[in-house]
Amino acid sequence: MTELVATTPGLFPLPDWAKSDLSDLKGHQKEDLVDGDEADAVRDAYATARGEVVDAQVDAGLDRVVDGQLRWDDMLAHPLTVHDDVETRGIVRYYDNNNFYREPVVKGDLSFSGDVADELDATAALTDEPVQAVLPGPYSLADLATDEHYDDDVEFLAAISEFLAGEADAFPDVETLFLLEPSLVENAPDDDVAGTLAEAVTTVADAVDADVVVQPYWGALDEKTHAHLLDADVDALGYDFVANHEDNLYNINEYGTTDDVSLGLVDGQNTLVEDPEVVRERVDWVHEQAVSADFDTTYVTTNTELFYLPYAKYEAKLDVLGDAVSLAEVEA
Amino acid sequence: MTDATDGHDDPNGKDQFRPVGHENEHFLLTTVVGSYPKPKWLDRARELYQGGDTTKPREHQADHAEELPDFDEDAWEEAKDDASRLITKEHERAGLDVVVDGEMRRNEMVEFFAHRIDGYEFNGPVKVWGHNYFDKPSVVSEVEYDETWLVDEYEFTADVADRPVKVPITGPYTLANWSFNEAYDDLESLAVDLADLVNEEIQKLVDAGARYIQIDEPALATTPDDHAIVGECLEHIVDDIPEDVRVGLHVCYGDYSRIYPEVLEYPVDEFDLELCNGDYDQLDVFKDPAFTADLALGVVDAHVAEVETVEEIKANIRKGLEVVPPEQLVVSPDCGLKLLPREVAYEKMANLVTAAREVEADLDAGEIQVDAAPAKADD
Repeated sequence: MTELVATTPGLFPLPDWAKSDLSDLKGHQKEDLVDGDEADAVRDAYATARGEVVDAQVDAGLDRVVDGQLRWDDMLAHPLTVHDDVETRGIVRYYDNNNFYREPVVKGDLSFSGDVADELDATAALTDEPVQAVLPGPYSLADLATDEHYDDDVEFLAAISEFLAGEADAFPDVETLFLLEPSLVENAPDDDVAGTLAEAVTTVADAVDADVVVQPYWGALDEKTHAHLLDADVDALGYDFVANHEDNLYNINEYGTTDDVSLGLVDGQNTLVEDPEVVRERVDWVHEQAVSADFDTTYVTTNTELFYLPYAKYEAKLDVLGDAVSLAEVEA
Repeated sequence: MTDATDGHDDPNGKDQFRPVGHENEHFLLTTVVGSYPKPKWLDRARELYQGGDTTKPREHQADHAEELPDFDEDAWEEAKDDASRLITKEHERAGLDVVVDGEMRRNEMVEFFAHRIDGYEFNGPVKVWGHNYFDKPSVVSEVEYDETWLVDEYEFTADVADRPVKVPITGPYTLANWSFNEAYDDLESLAVDLADLVNEEIQKLVDAGARYIQIDEPALATTPDDHAIVGECLEHIVDDIPEDVRVGLHVCYGDYSRIYPEVLEYPVDEFDLELCNGDYDQLDVFKDPAFTADLALGVVDAHVAEVETVEEIKANIRKGLEVVPPEQLVVSPDCGLKLLPREVAYEKMANLVTAAREVEADLDAGEIQVDAAPAKADD
């Protein structure tokens, strides 16, 4: 029987008081954003906010607790934009959204940072529930950055994966690691890079003793990218059923998938709050339609990060995920 | 509205805005995109009115009503009137031919309208970047026209102003794209419904005397592939609007090659484009095929706090003459000036006007060779 796990891809909105307090403490300009060396008052505000989002996840009955990545001013580019060896330039557009991040420019070898591990230590200290780490997948992080150091895209991807592996290696004990890979959908790799994609993902996955989920979103992977990704040594592949259920189902049925699977079934970018019953029906629907698949574990999640939403709606989405999974468990 | 041509003979051409006693034979209409830095005292007045918390409307603070300072609705309205009068006059002092009130009554370009349209609700701020947020509204039911949006603003400004007044309106595509859509099947159907509301508002503005409307569609710059939706919206917007009403479209900096020449099919008289901030690197996009509408060219950068010199601005205006002849050229800043320090915004406007007048004189004297030939939309 399939175990259902209610979780999220992280990157939460700040509580409204923290939006206001932190913008007063930090300022509104590019040079005011998180650089990995924040003042005590800023750290304290983030710590309080972290406590709130951990509580919100526990209250919602989620099976995994994430840090919430509240410090990630630059969203998935964060691990590079706070890095000492990386220069940040102008504000550039974050995928196909009305959001922007500082462009990280890699100008030298990427040494160990430990920034994300510190966050996870703080999160783990706040809860006894299983903790889930979140990182950008190596392809997406490379795609969001500009490389002015390595010879070509293949070498850059390998370097980014080694960097992420070093960060992941410093994590405390976590139950699960989500690697977010929207760029695999939004800007699919060319043939040269695609050939090394599985190796890059495996490099990061091997660094942790945890279940690893690779979560692409904003549509479905093209068939070739999907096939390459299945060669990676990970536990679960994610599918964005909010943005495109037809092509994702096609990929699962045509090429098979991992033993575990992650289903993006709740819209992370719309304030319309789904009915938990409907979400549970969608889980059942995918299980029925995926003819050859018999999943050990199904992660039930929003399709995207949640920072796009107002705080109250983000909390409502957590409740939907928790309720949808507990409904299913009651019925089973 | 359609078939914008050489400007001279059209009822909706820019010549209807030529000031009496204009000093030069040529006329390069000078104007602005719309928003302007708010006086600091207006921000302070808003804080007082909202009880110190500018993220919340006063009605949501009833719990602390007894602690609120004595700054009531009437005082807040008076503060906005004062600001509107002040900035309208500041635009006139800079010498602009067509003025606005700097959008002193508007907080944000989507929020302001969403508050006035039935079908919208607000759930709190969302991140744009860093610690910059906006109250992104949700469309929760079919959108419907309720109270007027801008008629009061227009009437006040027109009453105060000695020059013609332009009315900038956030376009329906941007109103749709920068909202959460809980109620419509897709973005297009929401945008078209909103376009009908914009049309209704323009009818009321025209009844009140407005003759120059500018539709702002910054969202088109980030999703240029949706240019057909914007075109469809504009058809709804101009439906039954009298011919002598000039309608412009402002599109912020983006990859213009992805919307040109398709936008020439839009039923508007003027395109207001942000080309200065990219140092006119996309100017050639608009040379082939010929630019058949009027070009409102951005000649000062709205994102750089250094004030361009008159000579620099004159060179920028001449860039515009590579695309259109003087009859089709309007001169304006790249975008709204509201993020600049106020004195910088003023200096940019004043230099812009001086530069335009000098280029007009040079044109009168035959000292400028114009490359671009007049182009008609129906050629």
